[in-house]
Amino acid sequence: MTTVDEVRGAAPEDRGPRARLGRALQHGGWFVAPFLVVYALFLVWPLVSGLWYSLNETNLAGINTEFIGLDNYREALDDGEMWDALGNTLRFTAMITPLIVLFAFGLALLAHNIRHGKWFWRLAFFAPFLLPSAVLAELWRWLYEPDFGLLNHTINHRVPWLLDGDWAMFSMVLATLWWTVGFSFLLYLAALQSIPGHLYEAAALDGAGPLQRMWHITVPMVRQITGLIVVLQILASLQVFDQIFLINEGGPNNETRPVVQYIIQQGFTGYRIGYASAISYLVFLLVVVVTLARLWLVRNREENVR
Amino acid sequence: MSAQSLSSPPPSPPAGRPGRPARPGRRPFGVWLRRNAGQLTLTSIGALLAGLWLVPFGWALATSLKPEGDTQKLPLRWLQSNMNLDAYRSVLGEGNIPKWLVNSVIVSSGVTVLTLTVSALAAYGFARTEFRCRRLLFGLTMAGIMVPGTVITAPLFANVRTMGLVDTYWGVILPQVSAPAMVFILYKFFQGVPRELEEAARIDGAGRWRIFGQIVLPLSRPVLAAVAIFTFISSWNNFMWPYLVTTDPDLATLPVGLATVQSSFGVRWAQLMAGALLAALPLLIVFVFFQRQIVRGVAHTGIAGQ
Repeated sequence: MTTVDEVRGAAPEDRGPRARLGRALQHGGWFVAPFLVVYALFLVWPLVSGLWYSLNETNLAGINTEFIGLDNYREALDDGEMWDALGNTLRFTAMITPLIVLFAFGLALLAHNIRHGKWFWRLAFFAPFLLPSAVLAELWRWLYEPDFGLLNHTINHRVPWLLDGDWAMFSMVLATLWWTVGFSFLLYLAALQSIPGHLYEAAALDGAGPLQRMWHITVPMVRQITGLIVVLQILASLQVFDQIFLINEGGPNNETRPVVQYIIQQGFTGYRIGYASAISYLVFLLVVVVTLARLWLVRNREENVR
Repeated sequence: MSAQSLSSPPPSPPAGRPGRPARPGRRPFGVWLRRNAGQLTLTSIGALLAGLWLVPFGWALATSLKPEGDTQKLPLRWLQSNMNLDAYRSVLGEGNIPKWLVNSVIVSSGVTVLTLTVSALAAYGFARTEFRCRRLLFGLTMAGIMVPGTVITAPLFANVRTMGLVDTYWGVILPQVSAPAMVFILYKFFQGVPRELEEAARIDGAGRWRIFGQIVLPLSRPVLAAVAIFTFISSWNNFMWPYLVTTDPDLATLPVGLATVQSSFGVRWAQLMAGALLAALPLLIVFVFFQRQIVRGVAHTGIAGQ
């Protein structure tokens, strides 16, 4: 693999201090060093120190720390508010993930099969994804407004979109679907475009109708990307915060408050960074489980193929 | 036709006679209609959905053009005779939007330039150089893709404060630069660059840095553009981190500023909508010009998830 020249880098006839410096700079470590410094400072260090904080009663200022072992974790598992917040996050995840998959696939099928105006369909369905969460929140707070909002006016009925706990979670899901479906839509579109056309031609020659072709060719060909979209969506939804916080501050009565908002409130409003870190690690555990489940599924499938 | 349009890519147009474009108008309208019934149905469904998808934008635009007193007047109207640009004038004149815009540009450009530089160097180092611990360090970097940003937010904030970077541009920018997913995307691409090209340059006496700068980078322009645009979009839209790490209103980015302005505007919906649309505009323009790169960026990000 590695030739002598590759290790030394420069040609051997160079001599003198400048050449030696030049040779030293050929070392591969120089390429990765800047990234590793940033990575260590802003990802590894917080990850490790967070673990340490979670074992201490630490406030935001870092004074009065006291080692308390697993007490933060024990407290978190007994904390009803934490469970409510985690439940909200899981409820949100369970609602949004199938909707995103269905809508993204449906919209991609449409955009892929309509012959004209490709750029327009992409623009219309992807544009909301480009909005900052604060803009999304403004637009939907105005649409959801009970008395003068466009939605209630159009259906001529006073729906308590943000005022009632059950409705509020649905409203968050609806706004999020509008906001983020464009990303998965583009993934599906790319997958559809990569299906070789001769598969359809062969199936048509065999007398397969459009629905059969859809079921026996399109669906299996996008199965892999579907798995990817489901996992990406779950991972993103477990961290949901921006839109729920900005539209409704997790209200009414914290009935939509996601666990990330609870973490931030504990850490930044309550100044209990140790406790916040402990809950963070519980969420991290969920993320790791989802990721490992996916790896396991992918491996199983590969073995089945073999 | 309708059979084909449901599940297969549109067939390429038949090779027509040069100089004589096909004229479907010659055929009877009924025949044309029957042949294109599938396309017509799909296009109408698409148009309906795209219309629905654009409603929140349209309604924001309509609201922003109304005099402030008319936004909450029943029945709601899309158009009225006394529409004007007053809301935009007052938002741009009195508001802080221009200042936030500058902050957002500084932060997002800084994040993009630094991320691209640091990640490209690291990706090349991992893909094409040999040094001790390379595999270990690469594995560590890839493990970081799995770490959700929210998990480390609280300890990250504590560490950034220890470094004295709270309420500085660097404090906003640097944590966003550690992006292991981008390293992975570029790593994958650099691995595909033919080794022969580099070997040839090495025989001519070029060092690693010359090879990287003059051969590898120019070949990687498309993927670099995709990574750059994607980094820019996520940084531009990032809400949580700038929101937590800045308290100085002079440092607020656009999403943070908009989120905090709700209270100061009260219920002046015309101004809120004008501000929201102004904040959405830069990225929508970027999308219109860089649609291809953004679509590719989404595909790459998806691949990173695999």
